[in-house]
Amino acid sequence: MHELAVAQALVEQVEAVIVQHAAMQASLIRVHIGPLAGVVPELLATAFPLAAAGSRAEHAELEFSHAPITVRCQTCGAETEAAMNRLLCGACGDWHTQIVSGDELLLESVELETVPT
Amino acid sequence: MCNTCGCNLTPGNQRLAFKPVAKGATAVSVLKGLLAKNDDQAAHNREHFDRRGILAINLMSSPGSGKTALLEATLTALKNEFTCAVIEGDLETENDAERIRALGVTAHQIVTGTACHLDAHLVHDALHHMNLDGVDILFIENVGNLVCPASFDLGQHLNVTLLSVTEGDDKPAKYPVMFRAADAMLLTKTDLLAVLDDFDPDQAEAHLRNLANPAPVLRLSARKNLGMDAWLAWLREQLAAQRARVAIGQSRRPAIQSDGQTFHSASA
Repeated sequence: MHELAVAQALVEQVEAVIVQHAAMQASLIRVHIGPLAGVVPELLATAFPLAAAGSRAEHAELEFSHAPITVRCQTCGAETEAAMNRLLCGACGDWHTQIVSGDELLLESVELETVPT
Repeated sequence: MCNTCGCNLTPGNQRLAFKPVAKGATAVSVLKGLLAKNDDQAAHNREHFDRRGILAINLMSSPGSGKTALLEATLTALKNEFTCAVIEGDLETENDAERIRALGVTAHQIVTGTACHLDAHLVHDALHHMNLDGVDILFIENVGNLVCPASFDLGQHLNVTLLSVTEGDDKPAKYPVMFRAADAMLLTKTDLLAVLDDFDPDQAEAHLRNLANPAPVLRLSARKNLGMDAWLAWLREQLAAQRARVAIGQSRRPAIQSDGQTFHSASA
């Protein structure tokens, strides 16, 4: 359950953004998690309220987005979608590929309340 | 990856970089790695290793695949050649550190309690308890777990992932995040292959290649001293490479690339 550690890191970052923008609290947090990041969105959603309790992210909604796994073939140059445990080129089948997207673990954006509600 | 030059934008997330501002609220685009704090600490640890010319290796595997046995055999073999030190990560007990200390090698035990992985802060705290003078190679034995340790950078230069032949040869397909991060995969306990009919080493290697991972696959048995020479030769090679990097002020991160780095190398 390392998602709790990830949730705590997330709350810390959101707090920093709140301070930086002199806001009251966060209302929406968008997180971008690729399938290869090793973090399960559902588990992060479960861990988030525990990590956020008492913080200014406590009442924020958590929203997830993800890009499909895309690889670029170093042999034929094609860019294709791939499965998590089969990162082969969809065009020529070679395994010499590079991840283009799918391993992201990003705090994308935060919506802040700037006036007291 | 940074928040300055835009290198954290990838084809997968660039559409998200610009947000309209809603009424009564401010939308702030952050695009920062969720584990940025851990990554900063890891970078600090790595600088610390590089300044001292130390090669740091993170050993990962499931519990019981022979990480500590491999270390015992390795430290014994390298005794007169290099100075090594070990950080042990376990949920409980000092047992593993005691096994290493019995060989006369400096070892610090991190007891994680219930935490399933080491992180850069735990390793940093451990470093403060250790005397690293003259150390050539630091082994960090992560908590036995094929899931969580893969997501946390500790500041190591290399990831070595063990797969014992008493496990399934399809482990790389089942735990792609872990095995994608390996700079070397060691198939351990190969002396048992003779009595196991369901583990095919070639198949295990094929599953690793399916993850687009070119890492060398070494087959060995630490207990029976089989195949250890190739592993020791690889370690010597990596230490030489680390020293060459340090000499020109460069460093190295483990095989796994963050999306920002991927974007840079792809566009370079």
